[in-house]
Amino acid sequence: MSQGLRTVSGGRINRARPVRFTFDGRELSGLEGDTLASALLANGVHLVGRSFKYHRPRGVLTAGPEEPNALVAIRRDAARVTPNLRATEVELYEGLEAHSQNRWPSLGFDTGAINNLLAPFIPAGFYYKTFMWPRRAWQWLYEPRIRAATGLGLAPEHPDPDSYSNRFAHCDVLVVGAGPAGLAAAQSAAARGARVILCDEQPELGGSLLGEADPGASLGENGRDWLADTIRGLLANPRVTVLTRTTAFGYFPHNLIGLEQRLSDHLAQPDCRQPRERQWQVRARQVVLATGAIERPLVFPGNDRPGVMLAGAVRTYLNRYGVLAGRRAVLITTHDEAYRSALDLKRAGATVTIVDARNGASGELAETARREGLAVHTATTVIGTRGRLRVRSIRIQRLDAHGQARGATERIDCDLVLMSGGYTPSVHLFSQSRGKLAWSEGLHAFLPAESPEKVRCAGACRGVFSAAAARGDGESAGARAARDAGLTVDIVIGEPQPAQSSGTAAAGDLPQPGGAPPAKAFVDWQNDVTSRDLLLAAREGFRSIEHVKRYTTTGMATDQGKTSNLNALAIVARQLGKSIPEVGLTTFRMPYTPVTFGSFAGYTRGELFDPIRTTPIHDWAARQGAVFEDVGLWKRARYFPRNGESMHAAVARECQAVRSGCGLFDASTLGKIEVVGKDAVTFMNRLYVNGWTNLAVGRCRYGILLRDDGFIYDDGVVARIAEDRFHVTTTTGGAARVLAMMEDYLQTEWTDLSVWLTSTSEQWSVIALQGPRARQVLEALVQEVDLSAAALPHMGAATGRICGIPMRLFRVSFTGELGFEINVPADHGLAVWEAIHAAGEPHGITPYGTETMHVLRAEKGFVIVGQDTDGTVTPDDAGLTWAIGKQKPDFVGKRALERPAMHSPERKQLVGLLTAQPHVVLEEGAQIVLDARTTPPTRPIGHVTSSYYSATLGRSIALALVRAGRSRMGQTLYVPMPGEDLAVQVTSPVFYDPKGSRLNA
Amino acid sequence: MRDLSAVRQGPYIAASPLVRPLPPATRLLLRGNSEVMASALGALGLEFVETACRAASASGRSALWLGPDERLLLAPQGQYSEVFELLCAALAGRAHSLVDVSHRQCALEVSGPQAGPLLNCGCPLDLDPAAFPVGMCTRTVLAKAEIVLWRTAERSFHLEVWRSFAPYVSKVLALAARELTP
Amino acid sequence: MLLINCPYCGERPELEFVHGGQAHIARPGDPAECSDQQWAEYLYRRDNIKGLHGERWRHTHGCGRFFNALRDTTSDVFLATYKVGEQPPTQAQLKGVKA
Ligand SMILES: [Zn+2]
Repeated sequence: MSQGLRTVSGGRINRARPVRFTFDGRELSGLEGDTLASALLANGVHLVGRSFKYHRPRGVLTAGPEEPNALVAIRRDAARVTPNLRATEVELYEGLEAHSQNRWPSLGFDTGAINNLLAPFIPAGFYYKTFMWPRRAWQWLYEPRIRAATGLGLAPEHPDPDSYSNRFAHCDVLVVGAGPAGLAAAQSAAARGARVILCDEQPELGGSLLGEADPGASLGENGRDWLADTIRGLLANPRVTVLTRTTAFGYFPHNLIGLEQRLSDHLAQPDCRQPRERQWQVRARQVVLATGAIERPLVFPGNDRPGVMLAGAVRTYLNRYGVLAGRRAVLITTHDEAYRSALDLKRAGATVTIVDARNGASGELAETARREGLAVHTATTVIGTRGRLRVRSIRIQRLDAHGQARGATERIDCDLVLMSGGYTPSVHLFSQSRGKLAWSEGLHAFLPAESPEKVRCAGACRGVFSAAAARGDGESAGARAARDAGLTVDIVIGEPQPAQSSGTAAAGDLPQPGGAPPAKAFVDWQNDVTSRDLLLAAREGFRSIEHVKRYTTTGMATDQGKTSNLNALAIVARQLGKSIPEVGLTTFRMPYTPVTFGSFAGYTRGELFDPIRTTPIHDWAARQGAVFEDVGLWKRARYFPRNGESMHAAVARECQAVRSGCGLFDASTLGKIEVVGKDAVTFMNRLYVNGWTNLAVGRCRYGILLRDDGFIYDDGVVARIAEDRFHVTTTTGGAARVLAMMEDYLQTEWTDLSVWLTSTSEQWSVIALQGPRARQVLEALVQEVDLSAAALPHMGAATGRICGIPMRLFRVSFTGELGFEINVPADHGLAVWEAIHAAGEPHGITPYGTETMHVLRAEKGFVIVGQDTDGTVTPDDAGLTWAIGKQKPDFVGKRALERPAMHSPERKQLVGLLTAQPHVVLEEGAQIVLDARTTPPTRPIGHVTSSYYSATLGRSIALALVRAGRSRMGQTLYVPMPGEDLAVQVTSPVFYDPKGSRLNA
Repeated sequence: MRDLSAVRQGPYIAASPLVRPLPPATRLLLRGNSEVMASALGALGLEFVETACRAASASGRSALWLGPDERLLLAPQGQYSEVFELLCAALAGRAHSLVDVSHRQCALEVSGPQAGPLLNCGCPLDLDPAAFPVGMCTRTVLAKAEIVLWRTAERSFHLEVWRSFAPYVSKVLALAARELTP
Repeated sequence: MLLINCPYCGERPELEFVHGGQAHIARPGDPAECSDQQWAEYLYRRDNIKGLHGERWRHTHGCGRFFNALRDTTSDVFLATYKVGEQPPTQAQLKGVKA
């Protein structure tokens, strides 16, 4: 199809560069510089979508981000399909593939349009009222059907192959919007030395000026030169960052603004190595919002047919894109400014009839229109339109002296209807800044008032509509912002311009015959909300605008009611007999326009989703074929399968090796804190439950840390390195929080103590060598340390060297066997590990993972904090009362342990469980009950916390927290599982070597 | 038995144009009051300045302010014993804490005209030379990792990263560098 | 993301901080002297203020210090931040700071 509606000259398109694209498979051609919407209109395509609820045919309504109708999906390939894009913002590129949405099987013939015929039966709240009964049907029938019938486009099912980036930035003045006010503000702030960021959602600077035939001319004195110089100056200034195709989507506390910069969506061949979008988090000392205004539609019957457009949009298509949206046009207005569109259309060769709902139109523009021979009907309303897929005619009716539609009616044939109810300032970002809005009766609009943020508005977004005045307003705002950002301002600052409007504007609906609410007079195009729906809601008793919004869904579509909110408010206010400010506004929420998930994710995807922490020994384990598990951010070797072993077989083999020979375990992830200072022992006494005063240098002790509520928070072995120096270990997951808790007490409660804390978690690589042959393996490698049981007994600590490397050696055991933990500086971890492994080979040394470690410690009844405890377990519950320093007047958690509930005999206590069938391994987390075969609901008296198959014992073992567990030794309890209740016997939690003779070897 | 003290293995660092791994170093974390700091820096031949977030540097040794009672002392790897002994002598009898963290972290250098924007891909601080001048140092974050950031020259930054976070930090920088170095 | 004025380091982004709950709740000097009720109050009772709120922050990814702040929970404006051990500013001192 030819671009039959293109003008012969003018506009910002490149007429020498045709661009081919497809719309629903149809091959069409546009020009470089077109949007998808302008190219479609140039091809005479007005029908671009179907409405959400009634599936009514819809056309392009606007020329900007407020577009409610022309939502399309743009497809590059199967993985790159972006739904819900506004065709008015999609820049055309060669080969662009666009698809309409919300229609089946095709846009011209949509079976869903039956809803349109049923419209009288689908009023506001229809879904709430109808699909109530039977209740269960909601899940399997109503909701799936309703979801299938609605929906706005489909998300691609493949992972997004594009990349996204993030950037933090700071500036003195952030200017949002590069129309006349924004350009002037940026220029004015930059001239005063400010670091400026200027962003605009469009590909070019100029904002509303881009819709003018001669952009500079409307700016007043020397407008053309000023515009050219300003843009050139901003782009050349190294202290100014100009971001086009960049939407300020959210205003966050303390002047943090989220910007979404679209880098490649406009390109035919994006560079796949470069990000598709960049999300900026800009912290600005001062913000100037120059976000412009959005034209208000008029509410009249049939105002949603394709070919009914906003007057300013028609003018933009004509002047910017050289597209005549129709040849026989009718303008319907309550506002002088819209006459400009009529005049431009007339000069471009269209016939235009003007219908002005006001009593008279005597402004300069109206006079010009009359002088140029345009028919002007004043005191006239619109009572209907016709045309199935495009408007063909409208019917108008004269209003009487009281504004009632009682006069003669007339039909006007047309292919284009322009409408304008004035302008609504774009206060979205200002409102997001928690700024208050004030109603201006003169402008019939909400204007920005005070905000807790450092923000000011300029130009049309505060009601200064004319371009020349907006420029002056912007200059003033930019200078003030620079001054408030702390820059010395020696140039005279102009006053902000007064808010003004040419002619009166109105919100609400046009008068209709008989005063009856008209059918199909749309307020919210995207969610298909009519004035009748709003009146119904008010009649049904909804008083709050927030409730009306949720009941009718007005303003809740993806456009968030940019074109509809004020009309809806006016209609509800009139019905309730209140003023508009009395009814109030709904909340503006971010994002201003939809933002991709990818841009929020940024780099945080795939292997960079979270840091992956690995130990110095990790690569060795990986080469041995270890299977890893996630522990916090760490990767830990879980087991080392040999020759395709199952985990069960590998763990059995590893356990056997540790119990009979020796095993090697990477414990580097353990948290470590160096506690140093003359008051170190006092600090430890106050913090941990244990007594530390008597711990000699060169000895270790198992420490338990509670919170002040008395529950176990962490545990670990603590070694006394010197009188004033402790080497504290924590659980892997608890390292950071334990250090934070220690710092908290030290900095805020015990400021009298001379002691400091340093994290050494990553300083030391920790190698656990465990098993009866551990000493023999180690002997060949260490210097300066006597490993004999007499010199280094269980819980002994020594410093020395291993293979020439400085070492802290602890004789500790989490396995129940003779064991050592060798701490060496991390860069040496791998070399020492390999040396131990080599030295151990004659002894059958076996690397083992966390799974084996868990089994071995469970056989010994050693708890793991966070597995056998859950934040409600006291030391006594866990059978650890022996660790508490009895002489201490206080420690963290001591007072709470004295509360009666904390030593109730009915508390859950840690016990062992042995299944009646020795090979059945209980499920961790399984509930425990008193009786078999009771009918639910049964009251559980506890739950399984740890459960394994113990190869050493040739049977399963489990740890559990059971109510009054220690009084139930020998008792049979039951673990209900699907199909059977498993009988278990309560035992001591220590299953192996209860006397501890092995670890003292 | 073999002496392995010369065998070292640092964490993996992803290669990228603006990032260079720095060699192993002596790192000591010193805690204590102003007098402790003054004595320690004096012993190391460094100027003592009490200003927050400022580093002192001379002859390959540096002291980075990390907190009101905390400085990270850096020196060449081979000077560990010398530095340690100097400090012990200077601080004898004064309440302090001195802990070896040489292996806890590693260092990266980010340099070039785009060093600031590259770091701002994950670091939320204002890195304009007026806001973050040469000599400024601080703990901060880069994406989801904590780092110490120290501006050593107008276009050069020294990063201290805990060793297990170094692969992540270097990979984030390598990814972000793609859009800054076409 | 808030901008928080660390009393040691100056204004820094919230990403570097961890919130530490309500400020000025001292641990009783001799817990053994507390009744169960008093101890429970110390452990669990916190204000939930709309308006000016005293709270603790820690500059975890910065100087590591805990400090106190007065923040208006409705506007997020910080009226003051001050070091541990210092008294909160008085009404008179706060005058002139925009809430
Ligand atoms: Zn700080």
